[in-house]
Amino acid sequence: MSGLESQLPVLLVAVPLAGAALVAAVGHWVPRILADLTAIGVAAATAVGAVWLVVGLGSGRVVCWLGGWDPQPAGKDGSARESVGIALVADRWSAALAVVAAVVVLAGLLFTWRYFEETSATYHGLMLAFLAAMSGFVLAGDLFDAFVWFELMGAAGYALAGMRVEEPRSVHAALEFGVVNTLGCSFSLVGITLLYARTGELNLALVGERLHDRPPDALVGLTFALLLVAALVKAAVVPFHFWTADAEAAAPTPVCAVLSGAMVATGVYAVARWWWTLYDGVLSAALAEHLLLGLGTATALLGAVLCVCQRHVKRLLAYSTISHVGVALLGVGLLGPAGLTAALAYLLGHACTKGPLFLGTGVLLNQYGTVDEHALFGRARGHWLTLSVFVLGGLGLAGLPGLGLWWGKASLEHTLTTEHLAWLVAVVTVSGALTSSAVLRAAARIFFGLGADPRERAEETATEEHEEQGEVTRGVAALMLAPAWLLLALGIGLAVVPDLHRAGETAGEVFTDHHGYAAAVLRGASGAVHAEHHALWTGSSLALAAVALALSLVLAAAWLWGPPALGRTRVVGALRASVDALHGLHRADLTEQVGWLVLGSAVLAVVLGR
Amino acid sequence: MADVLPWLLYAGAGWIFLAGLYGLVTSRHLVHTVVCLSVTQSATYLLLLAVGWTRGGTAPIFADIGRHRRVVDPVVQAMTLTDVVVGAAMTALLLALSVQVAKRRGCVDPRLLRSLEQESEEERGRPAPGRSG
Repeated sequence: MSGLESQLPVLLVAVPLAGAALVAAVGHWVPRILADLTAIGVAAATAVGAVWLVVGLGSGRVVCWLGGWDPQPAGKDGSARESVGIALVADRWSAALAVVAAVVVLAGLLFTWRYFEETSATYHGLMLAFLAAMSGFVLAGDLFDAFVWFELMGAAGYALAGMRVEEPRSVHAALEFGVVNTLGCSFSLVGITLLYARTGELNLALVGERLHDRPPDALVGLTFALLLVAALVKAAVVPFHFWTADAEAAAPTPVCAVLSGAMVATGVYAVARWWWTLYDGVLSAALAEHLLLGLGTATALLGAVLCVCQRHVKRLLAYSTISHVGVALLGVGLLGPAGLTAALAYLLGHACTKGPLFLGTGVLLNQYGTVDEHALFGRARGHWLTLSVFVLGGLGLAGLPGLGLWWGKASLEHTLTTEHLAWLVAVVTVSGALTSSAVLRAAARIFFGLGADPRERAEETATEEHEEQGEVTRGVAALMLAPAWLLLALGIGLAVVPDLHRAGETAGEVFTDHHGYAAAVLRGASGAVHAEHHALWTGSSLALAAVALALSLVLAAAWLWGPPALGRTRVVGALRASVDALHGLHRADLTEQVGWLVLGSAVLAVVLGR
Repeated sequence: MADVLPWLLYAGAGWIFLAGLYGLVTSRHLVHTVVCLSVTQSATYLLLLAVGWTRGGTAPIFADIGRHRRVVDPVVQAMTLTDVVVGAAMTALLLALSVQVAKRRGCVDPRLLRSLEQESEEERGRPAPGRSG
């Protein structure tokens, strides 16, 4: 790596940030098309740069100490290092996350081109700032730097979610999103401060080395708990997830795709990055593993159950996002390279599956002024292009071989089986099938009018959403779906490009190589890693996919045609009562959401600080 | 007497943080909510400064003091400054959103604001029990 390539991490942050400033500054005085083209160009350039970085990196890392503040030898023997500089560190997986962020933002901007009739240039500026914050975060090699990117990501996110200030739900959801996320960041800043107090360093590699020098005590565990809070809030993990459904239901559709595809992924990434650079080998791995697997299981199942209960399609997709984040957290929770690879591949695939579903929903909203599954009953017959996005997305959520989530799901199931956690495979399968069945049910009702006709009741009660824009022609709808197809195609690429998963496994070894990270950041050393590879298209993984798909289809049919008599049996009645109780908890207002956050943080602190 | 002050500062930071959290959980006005959030943030300023404090240390500006004077840690001062800026931006944004919520919903009590989950249920013609807005 030399020349431009070694500066790519800096450019991946600087280019979108400069683009955001430019668009925000002059966007109001230039024609709309120019603002659109500039924003799209900047996002595309960032995506190309990130892909270039992924390709060029191999199994190495690129480290940029900004402003030449390289680490200096410290102590008498000169082996230790100290630094006050700020480093950006890229390895293949962090660059891959930057690719996801750039591609999803690009898809959102392309969609917007024909979506909003009037948007201010502020929107474009905020999207690019969001992108800069996400790529800055995944490349950050410094705790405080990471905190600032997290906050910038939040600020851009709240402003985008509440952008339509005339819409009561939109501003309400943005306020909840803002208060909960900012509070989460405050908790983490306390954690960062305590780590600085303990180690005198902020650089991830240096803090990690100092933590290794001393036996851990309650303070170190407490800092991990505090750092986790901001990450888990961003990732929408139970019980920090309450903001997600509201924000993703009320935000403009392209913003939903970014929140759901890219931002939650950075939350899961943060958990992994902090574990392997700071706490791996310091804190008890068994404890952390149990904690993360528990959180992941709860999140996956809760999200899936609530997903099925929704009929507002965006809210449905938001709960399915929560469920899939839980599954990805299971991969991280295994605390090994194979699990990590599976988790990050799963998140990549998720962005390429959930993004198109949100954009497809946006097309429906655009044409019919509502995304209520019942109000739309049978109204979108013949919209084959939108339908195909829903069908591919819906089947993709259950892990259809060859679609986006296939790689991550198959690897995760393989790893869970080899780690003797086969019961978690059931969690992955059931939550995938539930979320997939909900999407297929919605598609069957909206595009075919299948099942009982719920319209009589719906028309009295469903309010039209005064969202976004009026009627568009079908040709425009096809153009709006182009970015959805782009994402779906990338997802298929993830699943079928040969040897991609081998490269991913090697990159997972690099990511989890604690000593290699410190050596590269502090001493510029590069080392080799050896990864164990396994095949993706095996009989058992295909069989599991078949089970998930069959379950999904059966469930979807049950939601559509389930005999009412079944609902009166005692078992189903009890099940329904418990789901209703769970649902009742999700009517939490802002103070209750904060209460859950505090409770969750307290539990994390008690578990990890012991 | 030697090092009571840092502990006092730590305790103060903890107290302010908890006071902010208490305010957030019991808040009955959105402006109060946002201000309580900045109270919790200001606890982090105090904590940062406490971490960098040394007895007899002066401001870390070396232009008019000798190179060997004892100074407080400049890194935490830079972090505090950044944190103040971030906090001010967040407070401004959230207050602006509160104003919009007050305008659109006609209500500033977070407990009386009907939750969005509930609202989406009521559209099904199945009024959920509990609060009304």
